[in-house]
Amino acid sequence: MLNTGLFLVLSAVLFCIGAVGVVTRRNAIVAFMSIEIMFNAANLAFLAFARQHVDMTGHAAAFFVMAVAAAEAAVGLAIIIAVFRRKATVNLDELRELRG
Amino acid sequence: MELALFVLFGTLAVLGSLGVVLSRNPVRGALWLVGALFCLAVLFILTDAHLLAALEVLVYAGAVMVLFLFVIMLLNLREEELGPRRFTPVKALAVAGTVYLGWLMAVPMWKAGRVPPAAPADYGTVEGVGMLIFKNYLLPFEMTSLLLLAAVVGAVMLAKRRM
Repeated sequence: MLNTGLFLVLSAVLFCIGAVGVVTRRNAIVAFMSIEIMFNAANLAFLAFARQHVDMTGHAAAFFVMAVAAAEAAVGLAIIIAVFRRKATVNLDELRELRG
Repeated sequence: MELALFVLFGTLAVLGSLGVVLSRNPVRGALWLVGALFCLAVLFILTDAHLLAALEVLVYAGAVMVLFLFVIMLLNLREEELGPRRFTPVKALAVAGTVYLGWLMAVPMWKAGRVPPAAPADYGTVEGVGMLIFKNYLLPFEMTSLLLLAAVVGAVMLAKRRM
């Protein structure tokens, strides 16, 4: 078995790539996919620490993260569709108003 | 052997994630993400998380990414909506700040890691994780099903043209 530090550093790198995507990309769907990358980086860290301590609680946590991410994807994409129908854009810079 | 697999699929996962962030076309970005998720599933196997690796491919690379692709196709963005590629100072600042944040995370992460002891036979298998979830985390598991139901109803409500 490899040193778990390798997995942890990789998860930090992936998390940062996702964070850069959320901050710099203006397309709402791409920003959303970047958030998915960050979720998966967090899951990798959970699993690496679970392996290090030989404790499967991290697996349960990663499982729930996956379920919540699926629910979030469904609702978020529905919101994107609703916004696109009203404003005809998914550019985050052009969506400045909270009122509908 | 394990190190070679880690280096290969870790590099591919990083490249796939960079493809998501850098590609102009969201469809290409989604396909890059599918590749990155497959590589992450291999990395999950390397941490002996066999059930989670299978779920990663089934739930993420399968279900969630199909949902993303459907929505991208449904919105049907025209080329002019994608906008020109600009590299502004603000973006450079964001990248620099995130690299610093990554450094702050990676150093203690590397120090925290060590070579783990041998795992029991049922570690990370369907049986092991299933027993844990259905014994210790039964209530959160059932609440997850309620959450998914609420998400489905909410998504239909939001995306429907008129009630």
